[in-house]
Amino acid sequence: MRLETVKDLEKRRKQAIKNKESVPNTILVCGGTGCLASGSAAVADEFSKQLKKHGIDTKVQLQVKRTGCHGFCERGPIVTFVPSGILYQKVKPAHVEEIVEKTVKNGEIVKKLVYRDPSTKQYVEQYSEIPFYKHQTRIALRNTGQMDPTSIDDYLARGGFKGLAKALDMKPEAVLDEIEKSGLRGRGGGGFPTARKWRSAINAPGEKKYVICNGDGGAPGALMDRSIMEGDPFDVLEGMIIGAWAIGSDEGYIYVRQEYPLAVVHLRKAIETLREVGLLGRNILGSGLNFDITIARGGGAFVCGESSALMMSVAGKVGEPRAKYIHSTERGLYDLPTVLNNVETWVNVPVIIENGGERFAQCGTEKSKGTKVFALIGRVNNTGLVEVPMGVTLRDLIFNIGGGIQRNREFKAVQTGGPSGGCIPKELLDLPVDFDRLTEQGSMMGSGGMIVMDERTCMVDVARYFLNFLMEESCGKCVPCREGLRQLKGLYDRIVEGYGTMEDLKKIEWLAEDVRIASLCALGKSAPNPVLSTIRFFRDEYEEHINLKRCRAGVCKALTKLVIKDNCIACGKCIKVCATDAITGEKKKVHVLDQGKCIVCGSCVEICPVDAVQVEPASKAVEVPS
Amino acid sequence: MTLTGASVISTVDQICSNYPAKESSLIEILHDISAEFRYLPADALRRVSENLGVPISRIYGVATFYKGFSLKPRGKKLIRVCEGTACHVRGADRNIDEIERLLGIHPGETSSDLEYTLEVVSCVGACAMAPVVVVNDKYYRNASPSDMRRIAGMGGDADEDKDEGGDE
Repeated sequence: MRLETVKDLEKRRKQAIKNKESVPNTILVCGGTGCLASGSAAVADEFSKQLKKHGIDTKVQLQVKRTGCHGFCERGPIVTFVPSGILYQKVKPAHVEEIVEKTVKNGEIVKKLVYRDPSTKQYVEQYSEIPFYKHQTRIALRNTGQMDPTSIDDYLARGGFKGLAKALDMKPEAVLDEIEKSGLRGRGGGGFPTARKWRSAINAPGEKKYVICNGDGGAPGALMDRSIMEGDPFDVLEGMIIGAWAIGSDEGYIYVRQEYPLAVVHLRKAIETLREVGLLGRNILGSGLNFDITIARGGGAFVCGESSALMMSVAGKVGEPRAKYIHSTERGLYDLPTVLNNVETWVNVPVIIENGGERFAQCGTEKSKGTKVFALIGRVNNTGLVEVPMGVTLRDLIFNIGGGIQRNREFKAVQTGGPSGGCIPKELLDLPVDFDRLTEQGSMMGSGGMIVMDERTCMVDVARYFLNFLMEESCGKCVPCREGLRQLKGLYDRIVEGYGTMEDLKKIEWLAEDVRIASLCALGKSAPNPVLSTIRFFRDEYEEHINLKRCRAGVCKALTKLVIKDNCIACGKCIKVCATDAITGEKKKVHVLDQGKCIVCGSCVEICPVDAVQVEPASKAVEVPS
Repeated sequence: MTLTGASVISTVDQICSNYPAKESSLIEILHDISAEFRYLPADALRRVSENLGVPISRIYGVATFYKGFSLKPRGKKLIRVCEGTACHVRGADRNIDEIERLLGIHPGETSSDLEYTLEVVSCVGACAMAPVVVVNDKYYRNASPSDMRRIAGMGGDADEDKDEGGDE
């Protein structure tokens, strides 16, 4: 049924809430990519089967829903119970019958599936009491994991489209004022004030204006955009419709990475639903706003996360950026004024309008308002998506929410901001995280990837990794980026192969500076960040590679050999994981590693329970090629 | 084995009819063709050029610029090893080395029997499960070199549940 007016919308919401309340209990099975990979679809199927078998009516007593990502991907598949708030982790189909018999029928807890805090050894039954969730403030992630992402009624029942209804009742200028008051800054990387961007597009001349959602999320380590698009697609679309009202646009695009097929499916379904009910199309809720959204799939190019390249790609062209003497807010897609915001920015918009900009601004730091979603990943215990107020310290994030470093190893650095960001060392763990503080330290917020590194991570290798990535992804249009990165990568290759000199290090520093100054777009301009920040904070590791031909982390293969020490307990785990059968040994005898067969992959180092496999410098005869 | 002829043309026409005949539809159309044939046959691109009125040179430019497209036939099993940052620091390199060794092909190549294509991709957005390997649409989490044989379907049970390690 078409929703002609706000009254119709509220009527449907009432009905949706009533329907929801008529079934007192719900089981939410996480259907995010992480949990799906761990087999959550089979778990959901098994629930349906078992409920039927036990004669539980899913229309009256209890229903099973597949939701978006819960964020706690490390512990997936995640199953939660509403309203009791119980969370089960690592649920397998084989557990389902027991859950139905005990928890569903008798309200008993299945203890083996309850989260157990690794540090306190306490069992934590309640979702909201688990440290990973307890310290979070969820605004952008308010709906993901809590509802069926393809159901508009679920979205309405959770307060969806309240922001839109309110916005359409306001003058566009007043909507813009609220955004300004909120202090919202772009969540995609640069942190540009959203209101200023919108105002600039409003003031720009042009018979037509565009609204675009950047769902490229192409930076390695930024999965929040994916999770939001998959788990809460209506929210993204609602934000865009409000944006269209504010700037006077009638056409929008949502650019989604081709690697995110589930996001495309859910968005497509959500757009179709909104067209059916009249929340996209002509005269939305009787306001006079005409607006529609089209999905544009990316083709797999990192540079298309850059605004001008993205707009080229939407137009079906090669995604090369242009020099931005004129901002894309004035001349963007098809040379017309365009507002482009990232997924996380758009989902903040409905909340700001619904609750007012001032309330939003209460959270965060002086210049960075609200919350930020981080992808807490790498060598940290609790990997996943977390949302915290701006200004939280790195220590809180990594140790309180993240539960510290895997295997109790030593924290070395955290990399923020993706390939354009930098590495922050442990001396700066108490740094409050906001846009400006990270930039001061030579890194950046980026889209919020937070990759934790420990003593088994080589900082030279990390810098080389990013250079290699950016070299591959450079579109090739401007010389400093195309050639500069290639030369830098060559210099790094010499260092990790054991041929590096201090002269090379000097060359790296000045070449990186040139690339930063002379490149055309943000990809090249920020490419030296990983290089310069690792040299700044981890110069000793570079010098070790160059002067001692040693990689202390045991990552650079040419400089490393692995040996098994006498504290080996002969458990045989390393024999199992060795891909080249280089390790031999029997019970009660120290295992032996054949250097001739070893490919220094390090699997044995990772698996050894007593750290008997040690990293040693390879005795490398240093021959500098002429 | 490359695909040519009337069946390609009719499939392409079918796909093009779902989109407005303008340049902005190009990337969507190429995705659909790719999903159909697992690569972009030359005849298909020529037909797209005619249908959209976009020069073949420009289509070639787009088809080679974006990593998601291939002008060469790809294998039945598309093995994508994620080399995003999270996967990298958790040892994705080792998986790439091992799978190259097993299949005898390098990233970007297809085995001569058209069984496997190996690709290294920058991030599949599943960082919490690093390192990740994706075979067609199935995601394998916390993959290690010794899992590669099973993941590639070269022995062992492909759906065998991996021990994820408990709390203790």
